[in-house]
Amino acid sequence: MTNITVDKKYLLNEIGLKLDDDVLRQKISMMGTDPEEIKDNEITVEIFPNRPDMLSGYSIVRAFKQFLGKDIGLIKYTAKEPKKDYKVIVDKSVKQVRPFTACAIIKNLKLNDLKIKEIIQLQEKLHLTFGRDRKKLAIGIYPLEKIKLPIHYKALAPDKIKFLPLESNREMTGTQILRQHPAGIKYADLLKDAKVYPIFIDSKDQILSMPPIINSELTGRVTEKTKEVFIECSGFDFNVLEKCLHIIVTVMADMGGEIYQMQVEDKVTPSLKTETINLDIRYVKHVLGVNFKSADAKEALEKMGHGVHTRINSLEVEIPCYRADILGKVDLVEDLAIGYGYDNFEPTIPDVASTSKELDINVFQRKLRKLLAGFGLLEIKNYEIINSESQTKLINNKEKPIMLLSSVSSEYNSLRTSLAASMLGTLKFNLKNEQEAALFEIGTTFHHDSKQETNIREEEKLGIIISNKNANFTTAKRILTTLMKELNTEFELRELKDGLFIEGRTGEIIIKNKVLGTIGEIAPQVLTNLELKNPCAFIELDLDELLKIIS
Amino acid sequence: MTENLDNIIKSLHPLERKLLEVMKAKKPQTLELLQKASGLKQIEVMRALQWLSNKKIIELKATKKKLIFLDSNGEEVKKSGLPEKQVIVFLKKKKQASLPVLKKEFGDVIGFSIGLLKKKAAIATENTPNGLILTITPAGEKFLEKESLEEKFLKKDFPINEDELTDEERFAIDSLKSRKNFLKLETKNVYTFKTTKLFNDIIRQKMFNESYIEKLSPEILKSGLWKKMKFRPYDIHADVPMLNIGKEHFVNEAIDDIKKIWLSMGFEEMRGTKAQSAFWDMDSLFVPQDHPAREMQDTFYLDVKPAKLPKVFDAVKKMHEQGDEDSRGWGGEFKKEVAAQVMLRTHTTVLSALEIANLKEEDLPKKFFKVDKVYRNEAMDWRHLFELHQVEGIVVDENANFSHLLGYLKKFYAKLGHDKIRIRPAHFPYTEPSAEVEYFNEKKKTWIELGGAGMIRPEVTKMLFGKEIPVLAWGQGMERAISQYYDIHDIRDLYNNDIKQLRTIKSHIKL
Repeated sequence: MTNITVDKKYLLNEIGLKLDDDVLRQKISMMGTDPEEIKDNEITVEIFPNRPDMLSGYSIVRAFKQFLGKDIGLIKYTAKEPKKDYKVIVDKSVKQVRPFTACAIIKNLKLNDLKIKEIIQLQEKLHLTFGRDRKKLAIGIYPLEKIKLPIHYKALAPDKIKFLPLESNREMTGTQILRQHPAGIKYADLLKDAKVYPIFIDSKDQILSMPPIINSELTGRVTEKTKEVFIECSGFDFNVLEKCLHIIVTVMADMGGEIYQMQVEDKVTPSLKTETINLDIRYVKHVLGVNFKSADAKEALEKMGHGVHTRINSLEVEIPCYRADILGKVDLVEDLAIGYGYDNFEPTIPDVASTSKELDINVFQRKLRKLLAGFGLLEIKNYEIINSESQTKLINNKEKPIMLLSSVSSEYNSLRTSLAASMLGTLKFNLKNEQEAALFEIGTTFHHDSKQETNIREEEKLGIIISNKNANFTTAKRILTTLMKELNTEFELRELKDGLFIEGRTGEIIIKNKVLGTIGEIAPQVLTNLELKNPCAFIELDLDELLKIIS
Repeated sequence: MTENLDNIIKSLHPLERKLLEVMKAKKPQTLELLQKASGLKQIEVMRALQWLSNKKIIELKATKKKLIFLDSNGEEVKKSGLPEKQVIVFLKKKKQASLPVLKKEFGDVIGFSIGLLKKKAAIATENTPNGLILTITPAGEKFLEKESLEEKFLKKDFPINEDELTDEERFAIDSLKSRKNFLKLETKNVYTFKTTKLFNDIIRQKMFNESYIEKLSPEILKSGLWKKMKFRPYDIHADVPMLNIGKEHFVNEAIDDIKKIWLSMGFEEMRGTKAQSAFWDMDSLFVPQDHPAREMQDTFYLDVKPAKLPKVFDAVKKMHEQGDEDSRGWGGEFKKEVAAQVMLRTHTTVLSALEIANLKEEDLPKKFFKVDKVYRNEAMDWRHLFELHQVEGIVVDENANFSHLLGYLKKFYAKLGHDKIRIRPAHFPYTEPSAEVEYFNEKKKTWIELGGAGMIRPEVTKMLFGKEIPVLAWGQGMERAISQYYDIHDIRDLYNNDIKQLRTIKSHIKL
């Protein structure tokens, strides 16, 4: 969840409309953002992860203004061509560790503390979301007056890198930063197997930064006196980097800055290039079910910031350079729908003939539940993820459960192989109030099985447990016999040795020569392990197999 | 007046009546005697006395009293006698005994007993090469005959009220108190009761003294006695204990109700496993491989060998890496080992993907639904569970469109009881356009989220079905709605299997 806070007065002033809070909330919702909170002087908006271009107050206001119909259409951002020194020389040493960068210079910035806060927030949120917490890209912003152009982007052995990182009082090597600096420790994984670390370094041999970890204290801090900045995005996919750069430079242009391009290898960045997609009006109707007039469709798209030229039966849509979420025409159709207003659609119910159908196993389960409730049994529902020890050692079960990798709650670390552990656990949980119980549960168990696509076999099971002073094997067998009679099925029992049960009082349930379950009196050792006070009788049946046999 | 009395008598609980009968017949003065005479349990007597007191038939008074109880050693001695008495008996039988022998017989308490007996001159001691030898004296013989004050005291019924002790008893207590774990003192509420005038009126009333049939038995039926006698009227307003019934789990009842809605709209239930490959759960839905939701801390990956991947893998890989004429794709390398990870499904949409992949053009149009578990790697707290239920439906139809989606949503949520809903833009990785459904909460005067909806991205249908086809999809979590219905504030209470809660929770009527 990414929340951006916008000054309410600024926003209302920019849109030039007097809107009360309810209307404001409604309009912000309908733009495809979520109004988290509207206060007297501030509006907090949740930005969905597909819109990194809205991660600053300036860009929210830009989008909102257009959504409400003011200054609609493509906003033209222009960049001046690179001056002589405006160059980033990329050394081939970075190719093995962090191959690409896209850079820009912004001049004539009139910064104040609010604008600086805005820039830092944008940079941080882009790192976190679009940059996947710096895994995909990292951004550096530097005061130009402290840097001597041109700039070199290269990679060095960690111990050859030495500079004063931000938030530190001494120079550190690359290795030291990763081991000792808080930012280094946090992001060390991102350079884990690298033999060389990337750096930006200027023509005075000052190290500007070591991406994606940290900037230099000497050149990496933008202040209110800063008029010109150098911006770099580094990472692994040039298109993504340039997109990110476009998002930043257009916000800075909205702040009043002038964008200058830089020569980066054989490219000139930022290109501010827009992409054009031809949108067939019939496709729009096909997806949205509305027969739009060209002019209405044009206006809807322009409200979302697109440039639109109408052609016969189609729209030529020019997409702003800062939009990162338009993969293809269907994304434009969504923008069109939002610009038109979700609340303006007429819900229609098509007349499609179809037959409903429920899975046999679920019909069977529902019948069983009704039947067993009629037996006086109470249904319980336990988690399928349980503690591995509670379902192995504690109940003498030898089957190896499937383990979870990195469960947030370490006590829940395996998938159950039987309902016994959970159901005995329920008895234990209820001890303080109820020492007697007659329960059933229907649920899934999980087993290693290399024949399955996932190497896991899932079984639907029925478990029944009876606990009271007189519970014994006969208690269980009476229930099983009655249940089988109800299902019109014959069964027999075959002696079984199983640590869960008392020897001589347990058996496998055989139906049509197939083992479909177990029945027995729970072993006193198991009861003692769980501190249960009364004897217990237990039945477990495989429902998938049972259903196959009886149907 | 008489009628009034009759009404009181009629409304007597069997326990109350029992006590009144005992009080009338035996006039017991203490609670203990009353309990003994009635043969009831202490708690039953207390309960009935409380009721009788409420009806002013008796006066029940509680006073704090110091009570003397026997402690563990005291209980023991009450049964087997004082240790010094036992030593004397032993000496008398054996004529004499050495200290080691006595120690073996009586254990460590022997020291205390010898000291005490010596003080009373009941024994003589003599140092010999075999150790200390003890013999009984004539004073000892007398001591043996006479019942000591302590012994007399121990014979009483405990607990004993400290205020009611005689001087002799006080002496005995002082002596016994010096011994370890003989007595313990506790302050407790002691109840006393007194009958009132109303009591006297009641027991004199004809109705109270008439004999009634208490319980209709086969013998009474057979003998015809029921023709001659009246039945004891019951207090039909009295509370009775609930039945211990069998019942389905209330969450399953809710699931059944919501399933009925889907079935009534002509939807077919989907099937599929809970463990899935990341390929089906994520990649087949065009979720990029570096999407944050796929990280270890959000998803339960399972410790098994990599999953086998289906034929459609190549098409999915290509779409992710390069896109096609209508989509840019995600770029970067699509990794097989990431796709082959096995996980617990994070959404039921994986089942929709599997259905779409299995569909043939001639099967269309089709509608599917599922209500089942999904899994999130989250710490459990009052708002979060790691296993929860999701409801999901899709419509696969060449002619379906976004306006239809809104129509289905309106109909579906009206059946769920939400007449006033709105649909606003949202974002989900695998739908475009995407929408959020909200209902207007009249109490809070605000829109509250219900569920997500959208049309499956064309990349997905192209990868899985072979061509772009409209698929309308919507769904929501179940637990929040069920908690709301049952007014459950801690979501964990849905699945803690508290037998008392399961027995008493109301039935699910409508979600």
